[in-house]
Amino acid sequence: MDTFSCDLLIVGGGGAGLRAAIAAAEAAPKLDIAVVSKVYPMRSHTVSAEGGAAAVIKPGDSLDAHAYDTISGGDWLCDQDVVEVFVEAAPREMLQLEHWGCPWSREPNGSVAVRAFGGMKTQRTWFAADKTGFHMLHTLFQTSLRYGSVRRFDEWFVTKLLVDEGRCQGVVAIELATGKVQGITAKAVILCTGGCGKVFPFSTNANIKNGDGMALAYRSGVPLKDMEFVQYHPTGLPQTGILITEATRAEGGWLLNKDGYRYLQDYDLGTPEPKPVLRSMELGPRDRLSQAFIKEQEKGRTLEGPYGHYVNLDIRHLGEQVIDKKLPFVRELCLKYANLDPVKELIPVRPVVHYMMGGVHTDIMGATPLDGLYAAGEVACVNLNGANRLGSNSLTECLVFGARAGKAAATFAAEAPPPSASVEAQVGDEERRLSDDFFNVTGRTERIANLRAEMQMAMEGSAGIYRTGAALAAAADTLGRLRGDAQRLQLDDRSRIFNTELISALEFGYMLDLAEVITRSAEARTESRGAHQRTDHPERDDERFLAHSLAYRTASGGPRIEYSPVTITRWPPGERVYGR
Amino acid sequence: MADTITLDVARYRPGDDSEPTFQSYEVPYREDWVVLDALNYVKDQLDGSLTYRWSCRMGVCGSCGMMVDGTPTLTCAVPLSDYVPGPIRIEPLQFFPVVRDLVVDISDFLPKLQKVQPWIIRDEEKPIADGEHLQTPAQLESYKQFSMCINCMLCYSACPVVGLEPDFIGPAAIALAQRYNLDSRDQGAAGRMEVLDEHEGMWGCTFVGECTEVCPKNVDPAGAIQLYKAASATNWFKSILLPRGSK
Repeated sequence: MDTFSCDLLIVGGGGAGLRAAIAAAEAAPKLDIAVVSKVYPMRSHTVSAEGGAAAVIKPGDSLDAHAYDTISGGDWLCDQDVVEVFVEAAPREMLQLEHWGCPWSREPNGSVAVRAFGGMKTQRTWFAADKTGFHMLHTLFQTSLRYGSVRRFDEWFVTKLLVDEGRCQGVVAIELATGKVQGITAKAVILCTGGCGKVFPFSTNANIKNGDGMALAYRSGVPLKDMEFVQYHPTGLPQTGILITEATRAEGGWLLNKDGYRYLQDYDLGTPEPKPVLRSMELGPRDRLSQAFIKEQEKGRTLEGPYGHYVNLDIRHLGEQVIDKKLPFVRELCLKYANLDPVKELIPVRPVVHYMMGGVHTDIMGATPLDGLYAAGEVACVNLNGANRLGSNSLTECLVFGARAGKAAATFAAEAPPPSASVEAQVGDEERRLSDDFFNVTGRTERIANLRAEMQMAMEGSAGIYRTGAALAAAADTLGRLRGDAQRLQLDDRSRIFNTELISALEFGYMLDLAEVITRSAEARTESRGAHQRTDHPERDDERFLAHSLAYRTASGGPRIEYSPVTITRWPPGERVYGR
Repeated sequence: MADTITLDVARYRPGDDSEPTFQSYEVPYREDWVVLDALNYVKDQLDGSLTYRWSCRMGVCGSCGMMVDGTPTLTCAVPLSDYVPGPIRIEPLQFFPVVRDLVVDISDFLPKLQKVQPWIIRDEEKPIADGEHLQTPAQLESYKQFSMCINCMLCYSACPVVGLEPDFIGPAAIALAQRYNLDSRDQGAAGRMEVLDEHEGMWGCTFVGECTEVCPKNVDPAGAIQLYKAASATNWFKSILLPRGSK
């Protein structure tokens, strides 16, 4: 058994992880930094982000305006000190990425172009056509190759955090190519593993989005915060869940019901105009648009196809030239995955699980309550997004909070003592656990795919766009039973070499933990706020729930839910107003 | 239309198998499936030991390249219906060592990529406080297509030179070198040229353009190589015509 060691270990090589690595390398050039990722970094899910990244840059915009849009978009569950730090750092981070070569779309005079986005009162979303995440990720990855102090462990899957003396001291990971279980010790660890959309059956998320980092932290006693807030993006392709970017609507696309009627006007989102109006109609926030879809479905005004109910997204009136210039990927995706040309045809769309507002509990620097453990990006909940994230805030969040966590963790690592001797034993224990759970077993019958599908259906049925206490409680029972079934998982694959079935089984275990936390957090929040809508408790209740939920793992396995206050600085809770 | 289709899939488990073998799987035929969906059906329902990479299933992460009926293909981006009535032969990308089944070892690519210095190089960094570099839409357009590379490795698997000379720095890395050379913000072209000049493989490129042909993102690596050769030949002429140091 080999054990590697480094000063700072980053789990995940997407937007937040790479930004953290570069920030740490620049802040502390002597630090030995490792990026451990279960895929090659350029495969990370940041690559799939399309529409853009928000930052105030143009005259006529202001940091306060960006802050207000974010806070009202988040239904006042955002910590306002965090939002203020975010909007202030955002332009600097985006300019840094410009200097590193990101191919931002441009105005004729050569300055960076910005586009409208949902819930934003001003055009402030930077974009690289409709492949913004792809270009940001490759720019960060290629730039990271300059830094000799950043080592990579590509295709290593983390199974456990090494914790001793109340301090996170590294990880245990499987090297996929060999199947070896190895320890990597570190003086500080940053989790940057993204979200857990695959807990649900219908998601924009890539196959790798299983909430690994959330589960790793949770199992080490770190609370998960605001996990009941799950974002449905209003426009995914019905069969696959492939994302059709909000930029389609920012450029002027319309959402039409089965009668060709712009139905959002019936849901307090404004009046239809031919041209896009900011913070109105199709440029309302994602939670409200996804909720309007369900209401429309209940009225029998959606269409029905082989993959369920849908509405139509119409971008034909934008014309081929605008579509090819600003939305070329949308056209490519429609042609390849829906067999239609959006220049001439309507795009069928329905709401699809997209983003977790909740995540690992961190403070404003990205530090978790466990010494030496940090988190940034979607895996974390730094309290930026509240009850509903605005589109184009999350790519920027990866940069701003990736960089902050990178610097903070570098400082911590520089002063932390070396790992304690006892962690070596933990690596051995973990190796035995994996063998005992998955290889030294016989007579099992359950298939991962079937259990996973059951978990996903339970989540869609209970923790979807509208929820009730009864359905959530029933889902929690189903999840409890699945936990038992998971003990009887059968692996066809007995090889140690690149065993993707083993990885899927471990990911399924992570997702079961998170599914339980999501349902229990949702059950406990008996109010409706942002993306969390309880039909049995339809009103927002600031008296009791202007608070973040914190889910702690208990000895019995289930979560204990506590609450912590929301930080309000300058924007007292008010009504969310769109289109009027 | 038949309601099933057969996949003939290359299997290889180092240590247990001395050489790859083919295994047949019959899967449901669905009009709206891509080839990757058929593999996922096998993995989920028939044989959990079948090993391959995939992630985004929307043609942008670059994980799922394989040989399909002998051609390097991004399996999430081609419809199953293109291969009716089958059987479909699925193998690992050629010219790479096989780790297992359909998973190949691409670890050679990263040092090659690093070698061409795929980042902005400037004589003097512009301070962030001075704002963005201006870059007109036309300047953006001049390198944009080379920036679309998803590192899926199909072009390496299609390239006859890579097949003969594994050290060849390869189509994607050269395309990415040009992506930076042509970026108006960059001043590192000369340094990258020196790197590329060390790699004789380039001159073996026949311009048949197999790399460009298989690229799922319409990048033109063959064009990038041609640009390089033209620039390099110009440099060579300059070096013999002008006194040293003045180029």
